[in-house]
Amino acid sequence: MKINDVILRTVVKGVVFIILTLGIYLFFSGHNAPGGGFIGGLVLGSGIVLLYITYDLETVHKKMPFDFKQVAGLGVLLATGSAIGSLFFDAPFLSQTDLYYTFPILGEKHLTTVTIFEAGVALTVIGTLVTIILSISEDE
Amino acid sequence: MTIELAIILTPFIMAGLIPLVYRRLQKRVIGWVVLVIPVSLFLILTTYIPRIEKGETFAHTYEWIPSFNINFTTYIDGLSLIFSLLITGVGSLVLLYSIFYLSMKESLHHFYCYLLLFMGAMLGVVFSDNLMILYAFWELTSVSSFLLIAFWHHRKASRAGARKSMTITVSGGLAMLVGFLMLYTMSGTFSIREIVTNIHQISEQALFIPALLLILAGAFTKSAQFPFHIWLPDAMEAPTPVSAYLHSATMVKAGIYLVARFTPVFGGEIVWFWVVTGVGLMTLFWGAFNAVRQHDLKAILAFSTVSQLGLIMSLLGLGSVAVYLGYSTSTVIYTQATFAALFHLVNHSTFKGALFMMVGIVDHEIGTRDIRRLGGLMSILPFTFTIALIGCFSMAGLPPFNGFLSKEMFFTATVSILELDVFSIEKIGIVIPIVAWVASIFTFVYCVIIVSKTFLGEIKPDILEKSPHEAPIGMLISPFILIGFVISIFFFPNILGHYILRPAMASVYPTFLSVDKMTPHIYAWHGFNIELYMTIGVILLGLILYRFLKSWMKIYRIFPQQMTLNSIYERVITSSENLSESVTKRYMNGNLMHYFIYIYVIFVGIVAGTFVILEAFAWNPSADAPVENYELLLVFVMIFASVALLFAKSRITAVLLNGVLGYVIAFFFVIFRAPDLALTQLVVESVTTALYLICFKYLAELKPEPSSIRLKVSNGLISVLVGATVTLIGLAVINYEKFKSISIYFEDSYNLAGGKNIVNTILGDFRAFDTMLEVVVLFIAGLGVYTLIKLKSARKGDSDT
Repeated sequence: MKINDVILRTVVKGVVFIILTLGIYLFFSGHNAPGGGFIGGLVLGSGIVLLYITYDLETVHKKMPFDFKQVAGLGVLLATGSAIGSLFFDAPFLSQTDLYYTFPILGEKHLTTVTIFEAGVALTVIGTLVTIILSISEDE
Repeated sequence: MTIELAIILTPFIMAGLIPLVYRRLQKRVIGWVVLVIPVSLFLILTTYIPRIEKGETFAHTYEWIPSFNINFTTYIDGLSLIFSLLITGVGSLVLLYSIFYLSMKESLHHFYCYLLLFMGAMLGVVFSDNLMILYAFWELTSVSSFLLIAFWHHRKASRAGARKSMTITVSGGLAMLVGFLMLYTMSGTFSIREIVTNIHQISEQALFIPALLLILAGAFTKSAQFPFHIWLPDAMEAPTPVSAYLHSATMVKAGIYLVARFTPVFGGEIVWFWVVTGVGLMTLFWGAFNAVRQHDLKAILAFSTVSQLGLIMSLLGLGSVAVYLGYSTSTVIYTQATFAALFHLVNHSTFKGALFMMVGIVDHEIGTRDIRRLGGLMSILPFTFTIALIGCFSMAGLPPFNGFLSKEMFFTATVSILELDVFSIEKIGIVIPIVAWVASIFTFVYCVIIVSKTFLGEIKPDILEKSPHEAPIGMLISPFILIGFVISIFFFPNILGHYILRPAMASVYPTFLSVDKMTPHIYAWHGFNIELYMTIGVILLGLILYRFLKSWMKIYRIFPQQMTLNSIYERVITSSENLSESVTKRYMNGNLMHYFIYIYVIFVGIVAGTFVILEAFAWNPSADAPVENYELLLVFVMIFASVALLFAKSRITAVLLNGVLGYVIAFFFVIFRAPDLALTQLVVESVTTALYLICFKYLAELKPEPSSIRLKVSNGLISVLVGATVTLIGLAVINYEKFKSISIYFEDSYNLAGGKNIVNTILGDFRAFDTMLEVVVLFIAGLGVYTLIKLKSARKGDSDT
């Protein structure tokens, strides 16, 4: 049975960019405003899942050739790696640091090592979410 | 980094490098590259000999977990030097031998990786002063031994042997850990040297004897002492170089090391004296007695190793009496037993290593180790025959080989202990020399069996069909070097005694003032005395027993088969496996409803139980904020949805109602100004609903489950209890005053964690450790789902084809 999903496809085309942008915004706005790695990752992941639901696996995979298990693994590596990394600076495990830096165009920005840790969280959430949903829906 | 630490770490680093580089190396080369490590470590360690001989010791501490007194302390003294020289020296020879022994088809990188792992762990055991570090390395030797025994893991016997050795040695190791912790609570330190210095403060305490027994359990399991020796014969499934290295020269001597190391701590105790001596003698006799009836050459050597370890152990027990007597010129004679133990330790490594390599050659060239199928190999393998002859004569205690010297000293020690009247030796002490003597007769018999059944007599015709020939020169170098030591130690025993054994005596008896008095001059000839008559008796009786071997072999059948230690071990293992299986099946029955009941009952039990016990419930409605009307409205929506959920007939209704609950909670988060939580709740709710939608096609039709009234009532009761517990916690949490509030931290989050959003600073900074582990758990859960689904479909695919 062929389902007529023109409306879904059309809506998703526009909405997915909003969702992904929101995800990235939430990821970066964390720490001082609502957002952060977990919620950012969750939003990005649900955007990707939406793409997979709307279009078929091959089409999405052609444009996004990631193995999401590896994405999750990379996330775990980043999170634990940033935790262990502080040991090399003679600081206790999981220490974080931050600084203010003035960029040429963007102006003064707050940079912090928590971002690396949060990126790890976000990647793990995206990878795991997509892996679970894909493997369940691929199962015959 | 000091040299001592580098010595421990080098094998580990190399073991880590092998898997990375082995593909680039030719298979022939790996062994030679690895060989560089033990040889260079051995050479470095020999440079310590002159300094240790002068009485120096080398200690260095690296702080690891100073708050728990766990520091990485390396310590080299005479005792650790002997063992480290054996580990690296025999290790080099065994590696050289294994290059020629193992076929190029084997997965050599695994073999050498495990072997280096073992070498590093063993060096760690003998160089560690801190009990916790020692324990960690101790267990690592068990693990690497497990891997090496199971090297040919396609064989069932190898896997069984590996599991058996692991089970027994690790159980003993755990007992030892408890003993170490007891020592720590008594002395307040993990450092062996500090415990030795403060021995007078702890020897009177109640835990002293339990600690002693538990530590001995660790030593006895590792050193294959009766009744734990049963793992060692099964461990012979390992490749022969491994047997020569781990299961005769080094790992099984870790228990000896531990007993020698703890002699200054426990040596003055009567329990120590009788347990160590008694178990040692029992092992000595039982090992020798059982070696005679084996048919496999390696099994003979395994039981012989058990027996020789018992000999060394009993000597250490006899020597411990000197600690009790204290230092004086008349008591120094009793330290000679310990000296003999250390001397025999070195001798045993030389001749037993050579004998194992000899068996490896026979196995390699002839294709069998069964003495019933061997015979007359003298003319075919003349060099191997020389090795066997010298090794066996040394083991049997014949001159001119080093085994003769240490066996004579062993007899001296057992006889001279009779002059003492402490520890009630005067009553039953006479047993000691008798058991020693009888065991030596059996030792002599199996030595003769090894030589004569393998090399003398008629050549079996089926051997000749394979046209066997002498081993390649590479396999002969190592045993011949060891045989060289066997002979040269006989002629120059005092060089070894002075430079190597004398400093070790100082470590075993730190309170004794004169080390030189404890180092006897070793003579090969000391006149016609009782020891010489004992040796002559051993030879005569041994020859007679060998001549009439067939007529007295019946006595081995007296013992009922189901009462052997092995069958008891098997029964214990199988019955505990069955028990754990039946218990697990009872509660892990696959019914999700039951799992939820476990979770909720335990939750209510712990949380509500704590609530009741601590009398923590306190509710003061006046402190709560006023309840607004729209909040009540949301509450009613939730109540309506949850009641409706109970009566939902189809899955889709249930899922949607569940969604209503989730979205209302998100509303509450918005009202109470928690935007992060609201966002997360909304997204999670949406994703879960999507997941449900995907899963729908796999789920069966929702059917009312047949359940009794009783089940319904109990389930209802549990639900009400869970709800009540959570509600009460919610009400009481504001008024709880037993702990100081931690919200001060979060209010200062910008200064402490550099972020204005408290939720994020908690996740990413204050409680970042939780977050990190949660990420890992999430990842594992995701992989779990993936493998569950993919494995299931893969298996289905198999059955289709």
